Amino acid sequence: MNDTALEVVDLVKRYDTRTALDGLSFDVGRGTVCALLGPNGAGKTSTVEIAEGFRTADGGSVTVLGHRPQDPAVRPRVGVMPQSGGGYPGLKAAELLDLFAAFHAHPLDPSDLIERLGLGEVAGTPFRRLSGGQQQRLSLAMAVVGRPELVFLDEPTAGLDPQARRATWELIEALRHDGVTVLLTTHLMDEAEQLADDVVVIDHGRLVARGTVAALTHSDGEIRFRAAPGLALEIAGATVTETEGRYLVRGLAGPALLAAVTGWCATHGVMPQDLQTQRSLEDVFLDLTGRDLRS
Amino acid sequence: MSTWTPGSLAPRPEAAPLGRMLRAQTRAELTLTLRNSEQVLLTLVIPLGLLVVLTLVPFIAVTGRRADFFVPGILALAIMSSAFTGQAIATGFERQYGVLKRLGATPLPRWVLLLAKTLGVLAVELLQLVLICVVGLALGWHPHGTPTVVAFVVLGTAAFSGLGLLLGGTLSGLTTLAAANLVWFVLLLLGGVVFPLTEFGGAADLLRLLPTAALSNGLRQLLQHGVTSGRDLLALAVWAVVALTAAARAFRWE
Ligand SMILES: Nc1ncnc2c1ncn2[C@@H]1O[C@H](COP(=O)(O)OP(=O)(O)OP(=O)(O)O)[C@@H](O)[C@H]1O
Ligand SMILES: [Mg+2]
Repeated sequence: MNDTALEVVDLVKRYDTRTALDGLSFDVGRGTVCALLGPNGAGKTSTVEIAEGFRTADGGSVTVLGHRPQDPAVRPRVGVMPQSGGGYPGLKAAELLDLFAAFHAHPLDPSDLIERLGLGEVAGTPFRRLSGGQQQRLSLAMAVVGRPELVFLDEPTAGLDPQARRATWELIEALRHDGVTVLLTTHLMDEAEQLADDVVVIDHGRLVARGTVAALTHSDGEIRFRAAPGLALEIAGATVTETEGRYLVRGLAGPALLAAVTGWCATHGVMPQDLQTQRSLEDVFLDLTGRDLRS
Repeated sequence: MSTWTPGSLAPRPEAAPLGRMLRAQTRAELTLTLRNSEQVLLTLVIPLGLLVVLTLVPFIAVTGRRADFFVPGILALAIMSSAFTGQAIATGFERQYGVLKRLGATPLPRWVLLLAKTLGVLAVELLQLVLICVVGLALGWHPHGTPTVVAFVVLGTAAFSGLGLLLGGTLSGLTTLAAANLVWFVLLLLGGVVFPLTEFGGAADLLRLLPTAALSNGLRQLLQHGVTSGRDLLALAVWAVVALTAAARAFRWE
């Protein structure tokens, strides 16, 4: 059996004159969780919807579990949670999940799934009267109820409260543990750090970085912290840069550098905030995609 | 909230048997129709109300027993209401809300979805026909019974379903709502349901080509006079073929 669940090669998608995907390539290994990151409009939903068979590509190819995305053979094997919508407004939460379960030969127990996602109290509420976060959770349940091999989750935790987000994370971790492949999109760096084996960062429809969280955030010999702007910080054998109170000290890797920084702070009565010896995924993301606001 | 037992989410993908999918989807379609108060108003309350009022209050002159004239027209109205207007509006909004698109990502084949919609419409029609016949009989209706009635009902349903899916499958939810209601109202007035076609003089022959008029006239000829109108049957057959073909070509799932 092939150990690639999803393969995206030179994918191109145009809407009228706008090029949303511009030769994007990456793949997702079987049984892994891959987080697709990128600013608004980067092309995440376009990528996912082509892989789901909802949209057609203008160039390149996508292979899902060894098949074309439109192949009916992949339907039972793939679960889909779109970025929004997709429920009959007039059906109750439990009815909707029962309906989706009925499309599969060996579904999960819908009422158990409803309880575990904290929807027990609204099981009898019509979809249109559920809150946004409750609709999101039901939509997630609809994506996994058929016991798929591969699930696409387009911003599964957008708009969720912390408890619901945690329940969603637990579900995704359990899916991974049980060998399900997950491709999720997110804007939450801690989500990607927590869940993803691999991170794919795209911008303007192109790949800008990919790798494990550890590899992307690895940065030997860098110490970052925040403090009052304009400190005359000097460390022997290291360079110091500052932007608006964010200090970056680059030098020889190791505890000596950390001791030098904290030692200087102690003698000058400065309390360093958010001191990091590693780049956060957010730093990586902002370094790669810039700090400008997207349209 | 919970921890998952290891292995409980292990993949076991397989499509359900077609019969199970069809049953579940048909039940959902029927539940949605009967739960929607506008649909109930459109498919049950208005036809029955019109039948009672038109039969009991003599402000429109008709030849023969009043119930004998109005019951066939109301049957045609009922079929138009559920197969065309109700189906178009439901489908338009399902597309707008992304429901049909999402169903497309499940193992449910599209033909099973369309079959379930048709069975849902037929079940509602059965309910309509029973209620209209019961109320009609109470109002003094004396029908001629012949099995050809089934042919009219089936062809009429096919023609109106095709038109409903064509409308709901191409326009947005709100546009469909407006267009389907407008067409319903115009066909109610011009389709031989409320006013006898003879009231329209020279235009009557042309109006009889409308699906509603062909259905109401055909049912009336049959149930009131025991005569099978081949011309109306043919008109409905042509509408059915043209509308279903056009719907199959133009239907958009998103
Ligand atoms: N149906 C469409 N018609 C025209 N343009 C589209 C369409 N869908 C997406 N686009 C454009 O393609 C680009 C990529 O959109 P896409 O939805 O894939 O981004 P995204 O990464 O999912 O963004 P977000 O984080 O906001 O969800 C955007 O510039 C968007 O305006
Ligand atoms: Mg998106």
